[in-house]
Amino acid sequence: MSTPQQPGETTTVIQQAVNEDTDKRDVAGFLKRQLQQSLAFGTLVVLLIFFSIASPNFFTFSNIATVLLSTAVIGILALGTTFVIITGGIDLSLGTGMALCAVMTGVFVTNMGLPVWVGILGGIATGVLMGLVNGLNVTFLRLPPFIATLAMMMIAGGLALVISGVAPIYFSTSAPDFKKIALGVLIPGIPNAVLITAVLAIIAAIVLSKTLLGRYTFAIGSNEEATRLSGVNTRRWTIFIYMFAGAFTGIAGIIIASRLDSAQPQIGTGYELQAIAAVIIGGTSLLGGRGSILGTVIGALIMSVLVNGLRILSIQTEWQNVVVGVVVLLAVFLDSLRNRQRT
Amino acid sequence: MRFGKKTAFAALVAASALVMAGCAGGGGDVIEEGGGTDGGSGDGEMYIALVSKGFQHQFWQAVKKGAEQKAEELGVKITFEGPAAETEIAQQLEMLTAAIDKNPDAIAYAALDPEACVAPLDQAKSKDIPVVYFDAPCNGDVGLSLSATDSKVAGALAAEKMAELIGGEGEVAIVGHSQINSTGVERRDGFVDKIEADYPDIKIVDIQYGDGDHLKSADIAKAMIAAYPDLKGIYGTNEGSAIGVVNAVNELNLEKGKITIIGFDSGAAQINAIKDGTMAGAITQDPIGIGEQVVQAAYDAANGDSVEEFYDTGSYWYDAKNIEDEDIAAVLYE
Repeated sequence: MSTPQQPGETTTVIQQAVNEDTDKRDVAGFLKRQLQQSLAFGTLVVLLIFFSIASPNFFTFSNIATVLLSTAVIGILALGTTFVIITGGIDLSLGTGMALCAVMTGVFVTNMGLPVWVGILGGIATGVLMGLVNGLNVTFLRLPPFIATLAMMMIAGGLALVISGVAPIYFSTSAPDFKKIALGVLIPGIPNAVLITAVLAIIAAIVLSKTLLGRYTFAIGSNEEATRLSGVNTRRWTIFIYMFAGAFTGIAGIIIASRLDSAQPQIGTGYELQAIAAVIIGGTSLLGGRGSILGTVIGALIMSVLVNGLRILSIQTEWQNVVVGVVVLLAVFLDSLRNRQRT
Repeated sequence: MRFGKKTAFAALVAASALVMAGCAGGGGDVIEEGGGTDGGSGDGEMYIALVSKGFQHQFWQAVKKGAEQKAEELGVKITFEGPAAETEIAQQLEMLTAAIDKNPDAIAYAALDPEACVAPLDQAKSKDIPVVYFDAPCNGDVGLSLSATDSKVAGALAAEKMAELIGGEGEVAIVGHSQINSTGVERRDGFVDKIEADYPDIKIVDIQYGDGDHLKSADIAKAMIAAYPDLKGIYGTNEGSAIGVVNAVNELNLEKGKITIIGFDSGAAQINAIKDGTMAGAITQDPIGIGEQVVQAAYDAANGDSVEEFYDTGSYWYDAKNIEDEDIAAVLYE
């Protein structure tokens, strides 16, 4: 993809771009591409073994449920933003956007007294709308995604405070069952938020690998110009991708609101960076064109296993941040190393 | 060329993400009160600029309410602003500098960091603007007065209640909200010192910090409960930390009262947890009283009257038994 393209070749470019991640005939290349993902999986296993040996209280059913539940919110944000990052974009509005979605759900359910399902749809719609605005800014206004979503991060954070009146919106009286969305248990011992995250991961994986949206996500990230020249309306698809990711932001907002049984308008700051870190640890490239949902799931699990394990071992909070930072750094380093090999 | 640009962009993103991880926060959020902000000089009405540690938490909203009440009573104009998060030290300093530039009749300030504010406040001194502190003071000799809760006394009170409730022995842990700012440090130290001095059979097994983030604090408390199966009590040092601990116990479906939870400040969620028995009780400050007292002190200082160095606005224990009492209900906020 780094070779110059002749006009006549453009029709095959998309296919090349798509095949790049699925072509298994080139064994060495395939192994190289899978390197980071298998490294990530290996890291996860090593962490699990290490913490299990270090503390008898780590690998218990209850604590593993804790780890999985703590993965839910960041994990859902990471699933959506995997698509955006594969296109070569970035979304910094995830964290405060999630708070705004939670607040909108609270407004619909508690302040307006509408049924919970309307609140859920309203929260998701808020996320999709933010995705639409992000997408329009990135495509038609040609703003770099970093700047467009940075602005959206501030706007969403501000609106969450304004709309909520700088106070939490509680669900305990308006919808006593609201907390069961995340904390109810369909499978004994496993909170529903974990199931929802798993289902969303499967949906995201199918969309990314089996649908047009997924194929264009890779194509735009690999070579947007060539994709456009071969007749794909890349602007429209980029907007769709941001909207699709926005739906995940909305769902994350509902999950966090349900877990806290309230919409906390100031929450979410910094969550976008944890989600982006999870995506990158999972082997999705910041340069775009390459990534996987399985990787993101593993990346999110690494983050929460690491943090939970360090807490179980009573490691000081300061050092926990250092360790997580080093892991992110290693992941980005591996990514850049691989890109150097490709050029 | 294309590739080079993309690489550069990716590097920018990665670098910015790392920088921002350290200081993530919103923009400048300002709440204006009482009309214009063009300063007190000229229009005859006294103007006091309050720069707070924040405004999003219910605690700061209660301080603001107290300040507004007193301002109305005294017939002065105030502004009340604070950064989006209590980690935003630099942003708060900008607000402080901007407030000084407006030449108010007095400045009331709550320091996020006791050192960083020294230089801007010297500027206020050189302009002869009297400065009073609330909640947390700045180092140096500029401030005339501090209106605050004695946080060490409050932390010690929490320790006494914890000891009483768990029977004077066993393991306890602390979910703190900050290892930097003075309230976080003093509420922790007051608790730790008291336990070490008076209760040799109580062991503090873990202290971790969740920045007052409900979700993070919940995950921390769950890890503590997993790591120390014999844990008898957890002390959460502010509203968000305490609610996090309550959520943790609820999510783990622990029997109410199995772990003695002591919180700090109030807010609807904490009040409900105390009423339903999940939380044993909490220490409350008098945030409305802090707001009233600091505006009074600023007013006196601006008029050249003498002010006291420290106004302890008090801290109180409340639990299911006394939560409805008149003097307790007066200092709680929903």
